[in-house]
Parts: sequence; C-alpha cells; structure tokens
Amino acid sequence: MKLPPLEYACPASLSEAVALLAAGGGDARAIAGGQSLMPMLAFRVVAPTLLVDLRKPPELKEIRISADGVRLGAMVRWRDIEDDARLAAAHPLLKAAVEHVAHYQIRNRGTVGGSIAHADPAAEMPGICVTCDAEIAVIGSAGSRVIRADDFFVGALTTALEHDEIITEIRLPAWPANRRWGFREFSRRRGDFAMAAAALFYDQDAGGSAVNAHVGVIGLGDRSRRLPEVEAALNSQVIDEALIERAAEITSATVDAQEDIHASAAYRRSLAGTMVERALRSAAA
Amino acid sequence: MKNAFIGSAIERREDLRFLRGRGEYVDDLKPDGLLYAVILRSSVAHGRIVSIDVSAALKIPGVHAVITAKDMPGGAPIVPMRLQPLPEFKPFEQPVIAHDKVRYVGEPLAVVIADSVAIGEDALEAIEIQIESLPAVADWHVAKRDQNLLFEGPGTNRSLTFNAVRGDADAAFVNAPYVRRETFRTGRHYGLTMEPRGVMAQWDAAKGLLTVSGAAKVPFFNRRILAKQIGLPEDSIEMIENDVGGGFGARGEFYPEDFLIPFAARQLNRPVKWIEDRRENLMAMNHAREAEVDVELACERDGTILALRGHAHVDMGAYMRTNGAVGARNIAQFMAGPYRIPNVKLDVSLWMTNKTPVGTYRGPGRFETDFFRERLLDLVAQDLGIDRVEFRRKNLVARSEMPYQIATISPYLHEDEYDSGDYQATLDRCLKEIGWSEKAKLAGRLIDGHYHGIAVGCFIEGGGAGPKETARLEINDDGSISVYIGSSAVGQGVETVFAQIAADALEIPLDRIRWVHHGSTTYVSDGYGAYHSRSVVMGGSALLDAANNFKAALSEEAAKRLGCDASEITIDEDKVSGAGKSLPLAAFAGLTREGAFLNKKHTYSYGAQAAHVAVDAKIGKVDILDYVVVQDAGRIINPLTLRGQVIGSLVQGLGGAFLENLVYDEQGQLLTGSLADYLLPTASDFPRLRAIVMDEHPSPINPLGAKGAGEGGMVGAGGVIANAVANALQSFNPDLRELPLTPTRVWEMTQKKA
Amino acid sequence: MPTNFEVNGKPVSVTVEARTTLADCLRHHLRLTGTHVGCEHGVCGACTVIVDGYAVRSCLMLTAQAEGTKVTTVEGLSNDEALTPLQASFRKHHALQCGFCTPGMITTAHALLSEEPDCDADRVRDVLSGNLCRCTGYISIVEAVLDARSAYKKPA
Repeated sequence: MKLPPLEYACPASLSEAVALLAAGGGDARAIAGGQSLMPMLAFRVVAPTLLVDLRKPPELKEIRISADGVRLGAMVRWRDIEDDARLAAAHPLLKAAVEHVAHYQIRNRGTVGGSIAHADPAAEMPGICVTCDAEIAVIGSAGSRVIRADDFFVGALTTALEHDEIITEIRLPAWPANRRWGFREFSRRRGDFAMAAAALFYDQDAGGSAVNAHVGVIGLGDRSRRLPEVEAALNSQVIDEALIERAAEITSATVDAQEDIHASAAYRRSLAGTMVERALRSAAA
Repeated sequence: MKNAFIGSAIERREDLRFLRGRGEYVDDLKPDGLLYAVILRSSVAHGRIVSIDVSAALKIPGVHAVITAKDMPGGAPIVPMRLQPLPEFKPFEQPVIAHDKVRYVGEPLAVVIADSVAIGEDALEAIEIQIESLPAVADWHVAKRDQNLLFEGPGTNRSLTFNAVRGDADAAFVNAPYVRRETFRTGRHYGLTMEPRGVMAQWDAAKGLLTVSGAAKVPFFNRRILAKQIGLPEDSIEMIENDVGGGFGARGEFYPEDFLIPFAARQLNRPVKWIEDRRENLMAMNHAREAEVDVELACERDGTILALRGHAHVDMGAYMRTNGAVGARNIAQFMAGPYRIPNVKLDVSLWMTNKTPVGTYRGPGRFETDFFRERLLDLVAQDLGIDRVEFRRKNLVARSEMPYQIATISPYLHEDEYDSGDYQATLDRCLKEIGWSEKAKLAGRLIDGHYHGIAVGCFIEGGGAGPKETARLEINDDGSISVYIGSSAVGQGVETVFAQIAADALEIPLDRIRWVHHGSTTYVSDGYGAYHSRSVVMGGSALLDAANNFKAALSEEAAKRLGCDASEITIDEDKVSGAGKSLPLAAFAGLTREGAFLNKKHTYSYGAQAAHVAVDAKIGKVDILDYVVVQDAGRIINPLTLRGQVIGSLVQGLGGAFLENLVYDEQGQLLTGSLADYLLPTASDFPRLRAIVMDEHPSPINPLGAKGAGEGGMVGAGGVIANAVANALQSFNPDLRELPLTPTRVWEMTQKKA
Repeated sequence: MPTNFEVNGKPVSVTVEARTTLADCLRHHLRLTGTHVGCEHGVCGACTVIVDGYAVRSCLMLTAQAEGTKVTTVEGLSNDEALTPLQASFRKHHALQCGFCTPGMITTAHALLSEEPDCDADRVRDVLSGNLCRCTGYISIVEAVLDARSAYKKPA
C-alpha cells in the first residue's frame, strides 16, 4: 500500500500553488491535512503526479469571527475548532458537529478545506456547509470566486472545484442570539462516518414560532441535503412534540437513502427521521 | 527456598522491550542486500488463467524478477493439511500460486521482487493478465447446487461431511414430547492480527542453509512442509520466531507465501522480505466462522433435554487450508457444550466457495456453535415456560459425571471427554456477580428510551492439544538459567509464564531465569507450537519434566564434584550445596537437559457469561451495561495474564456479535476491503466488562493442573449477546437467528410486529 | 532535496522519494522501528507519533511534510534506566499483550496526558478509540492511562 510515484511541492504563496496546479493540468492535486487523500493514495485509487502542499500560505489558517459570521480558513484543523472557545457562541452547531469528526490523531491534522474538497457524503463538514448556507471562497488561474455550498457539492466525492482551484475560506453566515439548533449523529463506532446525521436550526420569533428553519441530513444519498418539506412544516409553527414527530415522519418519507454493507435503505430512512427528531427535540428543549 | 511464583500476578518481562519500542518484529529486520517481494493477487473470484505477461514489469528499473507458477520446476507445490489430513480433502488443497484457475479474490498469481515495496507495487500495475471469468460460487447455497464446480476432479463442491454421534438421536426424537427446530447463521470473521503477516528468507549457498524469519505458531511443522516443497533436508532450514504481533489461530499456519518467499530468496540468492499489507491481509489471511445450521432439540416437558439433531453448513472458501476443517469439526462435536445431552446426531458439511479460504480463528467452531445452542436453549425455555436459568442448571453436566464422554466425531474418528469441573459453580458465581435476581426484574422494560435485557450462558473451552511438547533448561556462563521451549509466543506472555514455572520447579528466584527462548526451530529437538490454548498446558508440563531431568543431572554432577550423595544436593539462588560445601551454578555452565510432555487427552476449562444490555430500538443500538465472564481454567499460573486472555477474547467475541463481517457480493468480490469497512471493536465500544477467574478444579491430566484459557471469553459472547438483545426486545417477539447484530438487524426486529 | 527535521531531540536530514510516508521514513530510513505500521490507511493508530506536540498518524503524512518539525517517537519517550511512569502503568495493568499496538498507545496517551492530565475515563476512551488493539480488549489500557495521570500533573 505504498503511494504511486509522485512529486511534491510546498509553495510559500497561494499564487504559486495555483500556478503549480494549473501547470500540472489534471495530474496535480492539492494536499491539505492529507487525512482523506493519503488513504486514497495508499489504495492507489488516485494517482496524481504532483502533490501541492498548502501548509505554508498563512492566510489559510485563520478563524475569523465577526458580525458577518464565521470565516474558516481552508487549513483550519478540527483541532483548531475544538480549541477555539469563541465558537461555542459564534457557531455552536459547527462546534457540535465537529465533535463527531474522526479520531484524535486525525483531528490534529485534518482540515475543513480538505474535508469539503473530498466531499464524502457522510462527512459532517459538508453537511454543516449545506445546512448553514455557507459560501466557499476559492482561488484559481481565472481569479477568485465564491460558490454557494449547495452548488459546490455536486455528488459523492465530486465538487464544483476546477482542477487549478484552491479552497481558501468557508464562510458561515452570522449566528443570531435567538437561534435554536440541534445536531445528532449515529455511526457504527465512535469516529466512523455517519450512517445518518441531522444538522438543523431555526430562529424563534416573538410569538415563539420557528422561522428560517434549516434542516440538513448527512450520510444519505450522494451528498448532504436540506429537506425543504421538513423546513416548510416547521416554519411559522411552535415546535412541540407532535410537530417533532411529524418532522421525523416527513424526513423518513422524503430522504433519498441507499443500501450499503453497513445498513439497509429502509433503516437509513428511519434513522434519518430519528436523528431529525432527536436534534429537533434538543433544539426545542 | 519455597517459591510461589505460580499463581502470582507477576508483571511481564516482555513488556520491558515492547513498551520502549524495542520489540523486534519481522518487518524490523533489514539485512544487507535485502530485496522486497510484492504479490500480484487475483481480482477475479473464479476464472481460467489465459496468460500472464510480465515483460513490461521486468523493464521497470529496480525490478529484479517476477516469479509465476511457470518458474517452479515440477509445478506449484501444494500446501498440505496439518490437522485432519483426510484423503477426501486432497483434491481441494491449495497450490502456492495459481497456475490454471483462480478461485478467490486475493489468490497469488505472481511475485515481484524489487528494490523497494513501492517499486514492486508499481510493477504489479505493469503485469498484463488475462483471465477468462467463470460464474462465481458466492455462498454455500450456490455451492450445493454443484452447477459450477471449483474443482472438476471431485465432481462436487462439498469436500466432506463430518458426523458427530452420541446415543441414538433419531430414536429419541420419535417419542419426544417436545421438539423445536430452528435455523441460525453466523457472519464471516477473521483473526485479524494488528501486525500483518511477514516472511523474510535468507539463503546461504555456501552452508546450504535457508533461514526463514517471521515464523509463528507451528514453526516445526511448517519446516517439514517447506523442506519437502523446496527440496532441502529439514536441518538445512531454520525457522526463526521474532516478536509476533498477535496470532489468534490465523497467523503462523503454512500459507502460500511461506513457500514463495523462501523460493524467491533461493532463486535470487539474496535476502527477500515480504510484509503483508492490510489490504492483502483482509483477503489472504484465513477467514473463519461463516456457518448456517438447521438444528432441533427434543425435551421432556419438565425441560430435561433428550436429544440434539441437525445439519450445519460451513462456507469454506476456495481451498482446504492447513487447519481449515477444525471449525466445522468443532461445530459438530461441541454443539452440546457443557450440557448433558444423551443423544446427539449432527452432520456438518464443508462447502467450497469462491472466497478466501477458511482456517481457525480463536474458539474455532465454538463461537458459532455456542450461539446456535444458547439461542435455541432460550427459545425452548420460553416455549416450555421454564426459567432459562433453571433449564440450564437442570441440564448441565454434573461434577459427579466427570470425566464425561461427549459425541464421537467421524471421519478422522475422535472420541473425547470433559476432564473435570463443576459447571454449576461457575454458573452460580456468574449469576451472583451480575446480580441476576435484581436485574431479571428489568427484562424487557423500557427505561428512558432503552429496552433492558439480560442473558446468561454456559461454555466449555477445549485446550492442550497433543501430541507432545518439548522444553530444555541450560545453565549460562554467568550461572543464570535459560529456558528453551517448543511453544510459540503470539503475544500471550509465554516468557513470563514459563519463567514462573521454571523458577518454581527449580526453587530459585525468578530473575535467575535469565532467558526464555521459544518457538524457533533452533532451540529444542522438536516443538509443536501455539494453538488450541495449549502453550501453558503442554509447554508448561514439558518444562516440569525438563526441570526434573535437569535437577537430577545437576545433583549427580554436583555430588561428584562435592564428594557427596546426589540426594544431599540443594540448589539455592546461584549456588549448589552439599556436604557443607558449595559451588556456584556458573561452574556448571553448559549443563543442559531436555524434557517432554505427551498427551492424547484435552483439557476443558469452562464457565458462564452473563450480560445486561440496553437497546435503543429506534436506531438499533445496543449498549452493554454489564458483562461478566466467570471462567475456571484449572491451575492459574498468572492471574494477570489470564484475566487479560479472558477480556481480550471476550472483546473479539463481541466484535463478532456486533461488528465484524467479511461481506462478498454475488461475483465473489470482497466488499469489506479496508479497516473502514471490516469493523473491529475500539476502546469506546465495550467499556463495562468483567472477568473472574477461578481455579477450583485443576485438570487431572497434566502435572501442572492447568487448562487452556485463551478462547473462553470469545466462545460464549455471541450466544449471550443474542439472548440478551432478544430478552430486551421481547415485546416485539424478535426474530433473532443471525449474527452480527448490526443496527439494521436490531432495528428490523422491532419493525415487524411494532 | 533532503528533508530536515528533528527526531527525539536530534536533527536529521533525510533524502527519500517524495512518496515516502513519515512512518516508512522513521522505520526504514532512520531505523526507528518502534513506530509500527498496521494498516497504512489511517485507521489503526499503531504508527502514531507526536509532531510539534500533536499526536498524528505517521502513515498519513509525507516525509516532506515533516520539514522543520519536531517529531517524537516511542523511542523518544523511553529511557534505558527504567520504565517511565506511563510505561510502568501499562505494565502494572497488563495493558499490552503482543506489543504491536503499544507504541501507538504510548505516544497517543502521552500526548493526551501532557495536555489533559485531568481527563476522565470517557475522554481516554474517546481519544484511544483511534488506536486499535486486538489483544487486550482495551479495559486494561484505559485503566493504565487513568492510573498514569498523576505523573503528568504539575506540582501545585
């Protein structure tokens, strides 16, 4: 399980990194923490001829929190999110979701940018991006652009990134004080990818009703998705036990689930409903 | 001095190197001129080899050779069976490299020898191979149709059917007032070791000596196979046992690579090393466990068991490997477990399929058969309206019935008996420890969203397989003592345990036992190794014999030198005394004596296990709130390491009950090809487990009184967990007949009647 | 081009193929064979080393990515005289059998206890869930790590 033959470069700046990726055509690939890419290289399911290490450009490592929201540099590690006490208030949903990412050692190297570039359908970070209407800032030979999360994730292990583009930042919109949220995940073992997870939030209006509900599911189908039918059922309603159960039923009825060696499709649909139910219950508590 | 090292929780001596990163495993060896072997494995489950073109691979710089079956004069040798070598199995044995057909994904096709593993893997991609695909035989249900044959010669995919017989089961069933018949299935597991396998071979042409490192488990037997295959006398081959990163029955059997790497080293006249990577390990190391049984139990209405009858089917994979028949055989012989079942008739058929071949994995056949039996017992008790504990108690073999004759297995006729024990006592202790009477009140109750369930089961564990083991003691130049032993170390702590036995036998301090040399063929005249929980029983008993011979020889020699009678000689720390004088032990440096232990009988340790689980029915998640294993393993040498064996094997059993499963598709492709898919237990899965070891009933059949203890934790786990989950979900009348209990399966049980 | 970094307090300069993982570099080029390789795809944790204070999987890191870092392996956490308190605790609790996963357990536990000497059993289990052991069943490993906490607490 040795890596295929390849070259390695560690440019000091983003512009150099973009130039290297562009020159490499489709055969060059960016490496961030490497926690998803290295296993794929070991199995030789990918065989780039050049790896462009992104660890040097300093602008990729920052967590910036402002009235506009949370900006995560692409090279921010899970560990950095765990350690940043500000995020408990600035984005509690992000913080809660990241607790479920992989294991201790992986968290010490794995990055948010690497995770969303990899786009595993059962990974937490893409799910958070989709649920929270995140924007993904990227830079490439053609310049910089910002991609809506919903457009960024195309399918399983597939994104809208061009081969010479690098993710620079994930922008999560501001988190208002009256927001209620929940995150629930079930995996076979601690740290495994989700069999199903639910990430959700809603804001409470003066009358105590839910507005702006965002409900996302992870680990079902080819990518994380929001569930508009569930959101519609929640908006303008007071979240009570009956509504929570109804939300679970709608989830199970509408999610696109697939069978694999770990779970049947029917089980996954039911599980997604239960995850939404439990996340909603904790949000409403 | 009077010692009592035996029975004491002595900290292990091997830990001193392992904890500091100073162990020496086979991949840590790097002799000058070392080349690396990488193996091309079939990606097709069943097919005819049309051509293998290695020319492009040979052109890659750093590639020294590519070996295929064509390079072997006389064709690819066959790996013979070590245990139950019946003539019926002959046609199904595995060639060391495929030459006409491939029969499983992972079967060796070519060996690349290169300057590095990475270059070798580059070369794999350059080998052009054409295989004409044949329909895959994906499981035993397909195999039994005999439409697509793995082997044309025998004309069937069934290599054998074992029969286990006691009394007259058919007659007992005719008049039985109560009968229940069920079908159960277990998943496919394997004895995954944390260190993958490895072989390094060095050929010394001048001396005509082949040195093979990475040996484990049964080095002497493997040397016999290799000598014959490679055309060398046995004494021209040394098998060296390095530190071994886990055995569990799977490592150390003779595998194709155990020929291929020495062959390559001799061909190239260079040291060659092959280290299995994890992807290979999942498809090359022996698989185990996948079985299905159709079984029925006959009882009196009062719960007295009258007879057990049935037919099991084992998915053997593509070839009959060295010990491949053991699991199937044990399913037949041990389905009755520790219970008094006067009439038994069980057939077990072995079906060849296009999967990785099967071998033993810790508790072979017993994990499977204990699940079948204990699950059936709970169903029957429920039917009869009898308390499941009383049902078991009523039918356990009593102490007064020992030794107790069990079912006789044929072919390879084998009669056996349980040696000793009080099965009721371990059951009682287990119930007390788990707090059965209180916990039983929780059965089936829904508390905070979790259904609670409890279960208890009883098990036996066979150990101490013969025929023989050999040990030797020798005085070193500094007067310390070395132990040389044929038993192998696979992580179970034999250096410490044998030092304890030797120090007690010689009545000297523990630290006077300087070295314990084990496993390698260079240490004793003959050795048999580590399998069937035999190291302590057989090796320890051989060591006692060696100690007697050694003391006699030392006394005689010392008496001569000290001018006294041998009976007056005493050994004390580092000196030998007699007639008021003494000599240092160092004065006898080089004195050595061998001893042996022969045994045809088996030890049977036994015990009971109980579990308290809580099931989150909506997501199919099971939490173990408490789990107790009580095991009586006869005389305990080291309670610290014994408890380690019990808990360690229990967690492997829980892996099999909940997580582990090697899944294939209908084309014979392995779908669980990484550790992200073949799920092992981790530190957070089973935090609440307890082991209680007892030594009330030493084995009467060996001088130590010891019994095997490496498997008991595992053996009972599947049945106890299944019954605990079924007990928790009783309001759903769950259909629980198959392991592992994945979340999907647990959830499905709650859906049908919900 | 050589890669320069520090291993167990000593500077090293190695020239290896770009595709060489840090694990293979440590084992086969620097001959520090205490670091073990059990899966090469980032699951088993046997290859865990400490890089700039963080426990990481050395099979998921290129040698070149270690440039300028300080790497600590199990050898760097050991001495000749006696077992360290963490190692002694592993021995006392029989927290190892075959020893293959042990270096990864030691490096991981050391990194954890260095940062969190007050961690509880759940945290220990959570952290060690990234290190597979096939022999012990983990109970004794968790006990050993908890018992070693006192050695990492700063004197009041």
